[in-house]
Amino acid sequence: MRAAMLLCLFVAANAFAQAPITDAMRGSTPVGDTSRPPPLGNPENKDMRRERTYSMQPPTIPHKIDNYQVDLNTNACLGCHSRGRAPLTQAVAVSVSHYMDRDGNFLAEISPRRYFCEQCHVPQVDAKPLVVNRFLDVDEVIKQSGTKSSPKR
Amino acid sequence: MRALIALAKRYWATVTSPSRYFSLGFLVVGGFVAGAFVWGAFNTVLEIMNTETFCIGCHEMRENVFVELRRTIHYTNRSGVRAKCPDCHVPHAWTDKIARKMQASKEVWGKLFGTIDTREKFVDHRLELAEHEWARMKANNSLECRNCHGADYMDFTRQSPRAADMHSRFLVTGDKTCIDCHKGIAHRLPNMSTAAGQP
Repeated sequence: MRAAMLLCLFVAANAFAQAPITDAMRGSTPVGDTSRPPPLGNPENKDMRRERTYSMQPPTIPHKIDNYQVDLNTNACLGCHSRGRAPLTQAVAVSVSHYMDRDGNFLAEISPRRYFCEQCHVPQVDAKPLVVNRFLDVDEVIKQSGTKSSPKR
Repeated sequence: MRALIALAKRYWATVTSPSRYFSLGFLVVGGFVAGAFVWGAFNTVLEIMNTETFCIGCHEMRENVFVELRRTIHYTNRSGVRAKCPDCHVPHAWTDKIARKMQASKEVWGKLFGTIDTREKFVDHRLELAEHEWARMKANNSLECRNCHGADYMDFTRQSPRAADMHSRFLVTGDKTCIDCHKGIAHRLPNMSTAAGQP
């Protein structure tokens, strides 16, 4: 009885291992195994502002932020991007929306809900996308649909 | 008191009177050799105390500031050149080094009485300790940075545009010194909202 159970288990395990599971991110590594992650990329450091894919998109960070400290003690991003420091550093000052609480009241300092910059703003690596992305810029959508768009902004 | 003065007078008389048994040559050569030995021993001990192994021999340094250093570019990087504790925290020139070592006797006091012997105590003192180092580096024009990083030898074309811009506007002109902008690059920063000189 025991031997039969073991045999069953063995066969089942083999079936799993041989199942041709492929995943865009995992490759052909069986689900039971740990895949070897690709090496971390080197973030772009060109300091050139990138286009936003849609108007509300948080701008991506065009420079490295390795070891930037953002915690209760200090916020390294605001060392350059805060309202007071921007003239000195010529960095893009934090948008006015970041000084508003959720009820639309303006605060003296960055709103706590906006404090952790990397929740929305991230650096970019020049990497090949892992999965297909069919996102179209709204301008492209309008062009393809043939309707006349408002004069170019 | 009177007895003490008498004792001092007796010793003074012995020291100032000529030697009765030893030749001048022996005293001169012997004094020189003994002096060389003492100097060598002093320097050896000083050098031992000026190593990272010595610094992280205490848990205060090993478990607070050293673990933070290990994540930074001054500890791990592509070429494997790294800074050790005394490279940045002890001046390299002899006079300044001795002056700093004398100041460090306060740190021995702190060690003996456990001023920062728990994480909580360390965090409480962190801003004060950091401000001492910032003040020291501000006063010597970031000498410890400049022992390795020379503004004259920086190739701005190899820097990121914003780094090149900031360096040419503030570093080359002498408006600011390294530590003015590069705080917290080797260790985590304390609560900066109350830090002096912080915008």
